[in-house]
Parts: sequence; C-alpha cells; structure tokens
Amino acid sequence: MDARRESEPSPMKNRTTVERKSERELVVTRTFDAPARIVFEAWTKPELFRRWWVPKSCGLTLLECEQDVRVGGRYRLVFSHPSAPKPMEFFGRYLDVTPHSRLVWTNEEGGDSGQVTTLTFEETAGKTSLVMRDLYASKAALDEAIASGSTEGSSETFEQLDELLVTLGASLGRS
Amino acid sequence: MRNALTPLMFIVFGDVSARQSSALGLPLRAANTCCILNHMVQYHQTHFDASFAALSDATRRGVLEQLGRADASITELAGKFHMTLTGMKKHVGVLEQAGLVTTQKVGRVRTCRLGLRRLEEEAAWIERYRQLWDARFGELDKVIVELKQQEKPNGRKTRE
Repeated sequence: MDARRESEPSPMKNRTTVERKSERELVVTRTFDAPARIVFEAWTKPELFRRWWVPKSCGLTLLECEQDVRVGGRYRLVFSHPSAPKPMEFFGRYLDVTPHSRLVWTNEEGGDSGQVTTLTFEETAGKTSLVMRDLYASKAALDEAIASGSTEGSSETFEQLDELLVTLGASLGRS
Repeated sequence: MRNALTPLMFIVFGDVSARQSSALGLPLRAANTCCILNHMVQYHQTHFDASFAALSDATRRGVLEQLGRADASITELAGKFHMTLTGMKKHVGVLEQAGLVTTQKVGRVRTCRLGLRRLEEEAAWIERYRQLWDARFGELDKVIVELKQQEKPNGRKTRE
C-alpha cells in the first residue's frame, strides 16, 4: 500500500443541518453536488448504500443490508458490535417510492408506532437538496429517542470517525 | 458506585435493549448503545449526585415520566399520584433543586415541566446527531463523485 496521505481535495463541503421542527419531528438537510438521480441511486442500491451508511467509529459491522425499494417493499439492516450480546436488527417498509424525488419508509423494529421517515430529493441546477424528516408518533416518543442517546460519548466518537474518514479518503483517492 | 449508577441510567436514559425500539436513524441507535456503555464508566460522579438523590424516590421518578409526556400542575400531579398537595410540592421541590424540573406560577396554578438539563441534553444530542449525519454524508459524497465519474462519456470507466 502506497499510503500517501494527500490532503483531501474537499473544496467546499456542504453543510448538514439538524433541527427539531416540532414536538414530533426531526429534520436533517444537506445539499449534494450531483443530480437527484445519482443521489437517489446511492440511497437505493444496497451495494452503494452500505458503503456510506455505517458509522465505523463504534466498531459496528454491517452484517446484512437488504433493500426492496418499491412501494410495500421491505428493508432490513443487521449490525453487530463487540459489546452487543446479539446482532441488532432494523427494518421497515417503503410507503412511497418516487424515483429521483421521494422515499418514505417506516421504522418497525420497535413495533408499529415507530417513526416514519420521509426523504425528498430536489434538484436545482445540477445540485440536489436533500431533506429527511423523521415524524414520531408523539412528543414522548421523540423525547425518549433523544434521551436514550444523551449519554453518548460525543467528541471522542467523532474524532475517531474523523480519523477513519481521513484513512478512507486516502484509500478511495487512489482508486 | 457502579450499582448506584445503574438505576439512574435506567430511569433517565432508558434501558438500552428496551429502547432499541425507537431507532433514530438506524445505526445511530446501535452506536448509541455501545457509546452509552462506554460512557457509563466515564461519566462524572458530581453530575449524578443531586440527580441521583432526586431519583431515589419512586414517586419522583413517576413525576418525571409524567412530565415527559406533558407539563402538569402540582394539583394534577398530586391527584395522579394520590398525594396531598403539600407532599407533591415537596417532591417537586427536590426535582427542581436537582435541575430536573422547572416550575412556573401563573395565577394560582404552578405548572411543572422537565428542567433545563433536559433541554441542554437535547441540544447536545442534536449536535452529535448532526455530526453523525455530516460524517455519513461525507462518505456519500465520495460515492456520488464516483457515480458522476462513471456517467461521464469520456470518464475513465463506462457505466454498465
């Protein structure tokens, strides 16, 4: 491996925003420098999706990734972690699939009352503005989701992730 | 002190396995799970003391749970927990001291809501959640650059 660490050519990084829009709703936004069809493809093809979705900082391994991207189709993701007694499974169903513009899916691993995620892709002048909305069943459900994650080791986790991204960036840059 | 921390973790942040339910962005939940475990050990004891004293009582834990669903007056809380007003005032006072609950008196009604600490935690959580997605989207950018490259008619590769 000729691990030559070139500084990443990342001219201007698009900003990610997260906002609690209402008692029940959490919204993530980001712009991508590509047409909507490409961004959509990266979300809906398992072989592409699995390349960017998994946060490796916590030692998670994505064991399985199935996506049957059509209305009524199901998805299923299975992760393992050394500290988890058994693999963790996340799954749900696609409620709406409008190629290159909209994806809606349920999150059912916790039962019927899980949040519903709506993803929209809006293309302007070759760029895609992505908006992801998580709508929870109640204020309590979103509060709880936040509270259960509130002791997460913050900066350290992301520093680890940063290191990893640099490494990945270097190896990707060679291909 | 491990024993003392465990019930608090359970009450305030939820039992990890049970709460896997409401997954917020799929792997994030998994990430939270392991980070919570790591973090339990590192968490500063001082932060816990007041909270833990406040949470050592079943009624007060019930009150927090209740306020997590909706704000409530002392009278409503007293009714729900079958207590006298004075008794409930005392409990709310302890929670207030620990920063877990804030109260506001409007007219004759004192309304209780979850305290500032909870809000601060929410803000911190949202920032971490943002960083996670930012990192994830950073990776997505790389995939996208590749796909664009493949689409170019004069690119190195052609699309299959």
